[in-house]
Amino acid sequence: MKAAVIVFPGSNCDRDVAVSLKDAMGCDADMVWHGDAEIPKTDLIVLPGGFSYGDYLRCGAMAAQSPIMKDVVTKANSGVPVLGICNGFQLLTEAGLLPGAMLRNANLKYLCKDVHLRVERNDTIFSRHYTQGDVIKIPIAHHDGNFFADAKTLAQLEDRNLIAFRYCDSGGKITDEANPNGSANNIAGIYNENGTILGLMPHPERLADIQLGGVDGKTMFSSLVETLH
Amino acid sequence: MKALVKVTLKNGVLDPQGKAIHQALGSLGFDGIDQVRQGKLIEIDLNENDEAKAHAQVEKMCEKLLANMVIENYSIELEAS
Repeated sequence: MKAAVIVFPGSNCDRDVAVSLKDAMGCDADMVWHGDAEIPKTDLIVLPGGFSYGDYLRCGAMAAQSPIMKDVVTKANSGVPVLGICNGFQLLTEAGLLPGAMLRNANLKYLCKDVHLRVERNDTIFSRHYTQGDVIKIPIAHHDGNFFADAKTLAQLEDRNLIAFRYCDSGGKITDEANPNGSANNIAGIYNENGTILGLMPHPERLADIQLGGVDGKTMFSSLVETLH
Repeated sequence: MKALVKVTLKNGVLDPQGKAIHQALGSLGFDGIDQVRQGKLIEIDLNENDEAKAHAQVEKMCEKLLANMVIENYSIELEAS
């Protein structure tokens, strides 16, 4: 399996996710500069976390106009899986590959902590090694992770079962108290219609090694490798 | 010409920063405020003197980059520079 990690000026989780991918795949990921026109042939595109272009204007807005994004959109539309983590999720919404938008956290604070997530589906390439309803612990680190979509879009996401993960308490209950940033319906991550694009605010690559205190994130990478190898 | 682009959050979109400003104004003794919404003002100096052309150009900029139409509205004012 081959994976490509897109590197923007201001990305800061690109190497972390490359380490997680290497650990799961057994080979190096291609690091692709945002100014390139084309991504080498790949089975997976990763848009990493960070602060692309300093989050100027809006998170992900500048990066969505980067030269490489044309090829990301073309490949995504032709079915190449795309994983957007944190800034990568913001970027996917700005590029129109996923619906909705991210607002400033409801409490206005930058949040950096472990949160519990409920796995809403385990029938996708990203989630097959999880069990549906699993409660996993993954860190968040963002200022603008308050997922917003209009009522119609939210209803579509719910009706079509496109919610990937929701913020929950340690027992798996979806409550307001367990919602760290004010996201609509406690949404932490969503899929596109075909389940080939996943955007999520939490950072699976930050809990993908026992030395980091947990491996709940590693399961996502092993799921991908098993499907895409 | 100079274009002044105002980007504001749509009605119904939560504005936590506006809320915080509202609270701060309240604690400074400014009563009688129903709501505060905050947005962005972007000034663009254009080397285009035809108003219609300038407007069309800035509209494209708004749609493509300056505003996120999922959550924001924009308005354009043009003035001679």
